[in-house]
Amino acid sequence: MESGNPIIEITGLEKRFGPNTVLKGVDLSVSKGQVVCLIGPSGSGKSTLLRCINLLETPDAGTICFQGQDVTQMPPGPLHAKIGMVFQQFNLFGNLNALDNCVLGQMKVLKRSRSKSEEIAQKYLERVGMLPYRDARPDQLSGGQKQRVAIARALSMDPEVLMFDEPTSALDPEMVDEVLSVIKTLKDGGLTMLIVTHEMAFARDAADRIVFMDAGQLVEDGRPEALFTHPENPRTRAFLSRSLRGQGIGTP
Amino acid sequence: MPTTFFGWIHLLLEEYGSLFLQGAGTTMFIAVVGTTAGFAIGLLVAILRTIPLKPSTPHWQQRLVQGLKTVLSVYIEVFRGTPMIVQAMVVYYGALQYLRLDIPALSAAFLVVSVNTGAYMAEIVRGGILSVDKGQKEAATAVGLTHWQSMTSVILPQAVRSILPAVGNEFVVNIKDSSVLNVISVTEVYFMSKSAAGTYLKYFEVFFITAVIYFVLTFTTTRLLRLIEKKMSGKDSYTIYGSQSDPNAQIVFTREDR
Ligand SMILES: Nc1ncnc2c1ncn2[C@@H]1O[C@H](COP(=O)(O)OP(=O)(O)O)[C@@H](O)[C@H]1O
Ligand SMILES: [Mg+2]
Repeated sequence: MESGNPIIEITGLEKRFGPNTVLKGVDLSVSKGQVVCLIGPSGSGKSTLLRCINLLETPDAGTICFQGQDVTQMPPGPLHAKIGMVFQQFNLFGNLNALDNCVLGQMKVLKRSRSKSEEIAQKYLERVGMLPYRDARPDQLSGGQKQRVAIARALSMDPEVLMFDEPTSALDPEMVDEVLSVIKTLKDGGLTMLIVTHEMAFARDAADRIVFMDAGQLVEDGRPEALFTHPENPRTRAFLSRSLRGQGIGTP
Repeated sequence: MPTTFFGWIHLLLEEYGSLFLQGAGTTMFIAVVGTTAGFAIGLLVAILRTIPLKPSTPHWQQRLVQGLKTVLSVYIEVFRGTPMIVQAMVVYYGALQYLRLDIPALSAAFLVVSVNTGAYMAEIVRGGILSVDKGQKEAATAVGLTHWQSMTSVILPQAVRSILPAVGNEFVVNIKDSSVLNVISVTEVYFMSKSAAGTYLKYFEVFFITAVIYFVLTFTTTRLLRLIEKKMSGKDSYTIYGSQSDPNAQIVFTREDR
């Protein structure tokens, strides 16, 4: 699947929490502009994998390279500016309104002026349809609105890669689509994305590539049509038939 | 000489009124400076004590930060574990005898009350930080903010909102407890009262007045703090808890998204 220069290249990644080995030698390479959806049962290590990439967790073994550079050797500020993250629980800064949520990182990390930061923040709030709420505090917004602001906050840093950790899992069902459609528009913009999701229909439509993860290992990796229709590994098959049935999409 | 209680009160007020006022002024001055500086110390200590240590940070840096955290823990334990009246004596006479420093009593008072309050504030702020969802720190890190930046721009502003009542309580405590500074001759209201009482040996009458002064100071302060708390707590996103200045305060904490 890998083609061209990988923007992210992970080799032999291991992560332990105490006696519990959560990532057991993960190899993954993502090309620029690719949209990769990461699926798998809960507890399989998907979040931990994302969190190792931007060093919210420290890997125990293996290397993670971003544009050819070992992430553990990169200064944290620039690294985080280039690899954005959108959380399941949104994690909007509770003391700041929507606009300032998008402005803070730009000013502190990228050293942009306030007016420049606001201009960029407004551009992205507009893009996710949240500009009318620029002055709203997080506690005045619905879940879907919060997540859209969180996406604008990440975009405001001009990331090369955007990672999503189950961006719709904490949302009421009627708000899932507003967030997913925003993510789809980013794909059209050519942004590299790494998305952990349980939304199989979305993964099928939006991903260039699906990676199935189980028990700390990447089990299968392929184009969505191939992986959804002819999963090779029995574990993938079992997982897919469970989740596709639940979401009303034909079983393979 | 007056023969009644009110007669004496009247005479003492006439003769020592300005002394009482001066003392009350000094008391409030010490309480304001000590609480403000103590609050600043508490915030700083909390930032330092929460510095994250990753296996990837250089060894010498880890040792340095560990050492610093130990020193801060000792500071907090010692200053919370000894009476302020003893701290005042040790600081004042220690400086005098061993450093040949004759610190003005008022400066010594500021120092002792600030450092003492700082130890309590550090623990209060720590509690406030624990009440902030840990996703806030993660999001700040994920955006690229340094520890200092995420603490000052994201975590502490939220922590402070929830600890405001406790900070106010420290202020009230300082109004009352600065009285112990009379042992190093700080001319706060208790010291002034002792001097006034000495002349006519009218201890009850003088200290009755002193009690009224303290009560007026703390009562006024509590009402003011309650107003500020109401303003700062914003909408009903959470209820101020553990407040001594609001009898309706309760330990209810409603958090979004959970
Ligand atoms: N900070 C942590 N401390 C200890 N164990 C953890 C921690 N984070 C995750 N784990 C464990 O690692 C495993 C993988 O978790 P996670 O990466 O969150 O899986 P997923 O996102 O696929 O559901 C789980 O068993 C989880 O309990
Ligand atoms: Mg997860």
